[in-house]
Amino acid sequence: MAKGDAVCARELAVGYDGRALIHGIGFEVRRGEIVALIGPNGSGKSTLLKTLARQLAAVAGTVWICGGELRALSGRALATRMAVLLTDRPRPELMTCRDVVAMGRYPYTGRMGTLAREDEEKVEAALQAVHAADLAGRDFNAISDGQRQRVMLARAICQEPEVIVLDEPTSFLDIRHKLELLGILRRMAREQGIAVVMSLHEIDLAQKVADRVMCVKGEMPGRFGPPAEVFDEAAVRELYGIDRGFYDARFGSVELPRPEGEPQVFVLSSCGTGIPVYRALQKAGVPFAAGVLYANDVDYQLARLLASEVIVAEPFEPVGGALIRRALDCMRTCGRAIDAGVKLGSCNAALRALVEEAGRMPAFEL
Amino acid sequence: MREGARPNARFACVFAALIAALGAITVLNINIGSVPIPVGEIARILFARGGDPTQANIIWQIRMPRMAMGAVLGGALSLSGFLLQTFFANPIAGPFELGISSGAKMVVALTMICALERFRTVSSWTMVAAAFLGSLIAVGFILALARKIRHMAVLLVAGIMIGYICSAITDFLVTFAEDSDIVNLHGWSMGSFSGASWDGVAVAAAIVLAASVAVFLMSKPISAYQLGESYARSLGVNIRAFRVALIVLSSVLSACVTAFAGPISFVGIAVPHLVRRGLNTSKPVVVIPAAFLGGAVFCMGCDLIARTAFAPTELSISTVTSVFGAPVVIGMMLRRRREM
Repeated sequence: MAKGDAVCARELAVGYDGRALIHGIGFEVRRGEIVALIGPNGSGKSTLLKTLARQLAAVAGTVWICGGELRALSGRALATRMAVLLTDRPRPELMTCRDVVAMGRYPYTGRMGTLAREDEEKVEAALQAVHAADLAGRDFNAISDGQRQRVMLARAICQEPEVIVLDEPTSFLDIRHKLELLGILRRMAREQGIAVVMSLHEIDLAQKVADRVMCVKGEMPGRFGPPAEVFDEAAVRELYGIDRGFYDARFGSVELPRPEGEPQVFVLSSCGTGIPVYRALQKAGVPFAAGVLYANDVDYQLARLLASEVIVAEPFEPVGGALIRRALDCMRTCGRAIDAGVKLGSCNAALRALVEEAGRMPAFEL
Repeated sequence: MREGARPNARFACVFAALIAALGAITVLNINIGSVPIPVGEIARILFARGGDPTQANIIWQIRMPRMAMGAVLGGALSLSGFLLQTFFANPIAGPFELGISSGAKMVVALTMICALERFRTVSSWTMVAAAFLGSLIAVGFILALARKIRHMAVLLVAGIMIGYICSAITDFLVTFAEDSDIVNLHGWSMGSFSGASWDGVAVAAAIVLAASVAVFLMSKPISAYQLGESYARSLGVNIRAFRVALIVLSSVLSACVTAFAGPISFVGIAVPHLVRRGLNTSKPVVVIPAAFLGGAVFCMGCDLIARTAFAPTELSISTVTSVFGAPVVIGMMLRRRREM
């Protein structure tokens, strides 16, 4: 029963002033699931999230939040089901972090908003959950962006929602705070069955934290499914309109474009010794060739993206004479070689010839 | 900032100080004047209904109503400022500074001139209604501008301009009014609590107290609104109704002040600010009553100075509130600048 899901949208159109930016949106978010919206800036991720949070009226279509139709829910009913973390950065005067978190109890307190003992306990628990107990008495304006974001998340937790909607929760956070925030969300989804819908800039993080990913670009919704299905190099390139630079779908890492032209230097490496060399050559704008690399070597994953030519060997097989000859030819065409360090074993003993050849060549100065 | 240990004790201290100040100012206000009346005599007149009849008359018919008016209107101004600050999410908003008082003044002046020609008198209720209408006109302008101008400083300048335009129109009206009206109008349009009567106090108190109770009952949504409109909406606040209520209440309060005492500057900004700093919180549940008390004390004190500093000449109340209020506002702006 789709309508019983935490969030369910059918034929939804979102936009401003009655004009649809994206239409035909249909998806559901199950309890305990994290769904990440990804897409370039200005693609309408925020518009969609604001519509789900009823900050913006839907242009058309219907949304159900935990079985209740979004349009028909009272303010209080919605507030007890859904909490939000928006891109607004409130700067309230003279409010402690505890005061801000306590605002999450708003839908549960009485006429004058007085906190009962139970409410106060929940405020403290929420502060603990985001590791912000030590911030409780601090002025909300006097703490860092990362801390503020955690306190705002504590406020959302304290609201005891079934769904949390977050718009770009990781922007302005350093890497440690990003990981911490996403870790907290993951735990909430797992332990409390809270459904999380958020937009993320970092596709690599989306891949790691989300159960399902929705691509948002253009008038119609894009792919929607588990990251492993949605993310491949072509899809990401298309989504963000990347024509230079690379995206590695396996690790979710991004690389700057490879230096163009005929290879000028041959890099010999294995087991990761080549990576710093590849990056240095990329920065210096020197086209290079790499090999002989096993297809399961970490060096291969980067060489594939950055090198003009890669000589690759089948994993776990002895490196044959044909490959060695090809590599030697390539190395001589380059005229220079860098030996970044090759670990020779019983299968790749033939690479010794390459190492010796590299030793005879003039040194390459970066 | 220090860990907010035992904020309740701090609240109690601030309220105790405000009530003590209110008591002291009350006694001083009755005591000091062109005819000094000793404290013992005051007690006898107030509580034993005895004493010298002339002195009793001064106390009951002149000083007491004037003081009560100052208290009620001071509280109203302070709350009106507090509401506007909430609405615009900026502590440098006040009914005088946004031109709302001047808008009220303009319509009241127009009403007085028209009505005095025909009926000789204008009832308090008519004055308040006229002032309310004027406030709404000025607020309407400000809101229309606020849709286009997001920058608060520009909005304030716009408010000050609206204030000047309204004052210019008022001056124009006064210039062409009958002589007898001018005296009355001129004193009033400068701002003063003089000439307050018990009838006026009753009307003002009825309106102000009703509005203040309504403001106090809005403490909860106001607190949510401090996190911004979007978050307040996400917590279940009906934003549209809330914003209308804020504007109507702040207009009623400032209209009441303008109708009975003319425009009074700076109280609406300075007092809520001082109260928030004193309480070290912006929780509306405590700030609202404290701001009312603070406004009352501030205006009673300023009125005392206005009528005694250069006696027998009286200063306009705005002269005194500016002297004390403007430095507070300047200090506040400097402080904010440093904190940003």
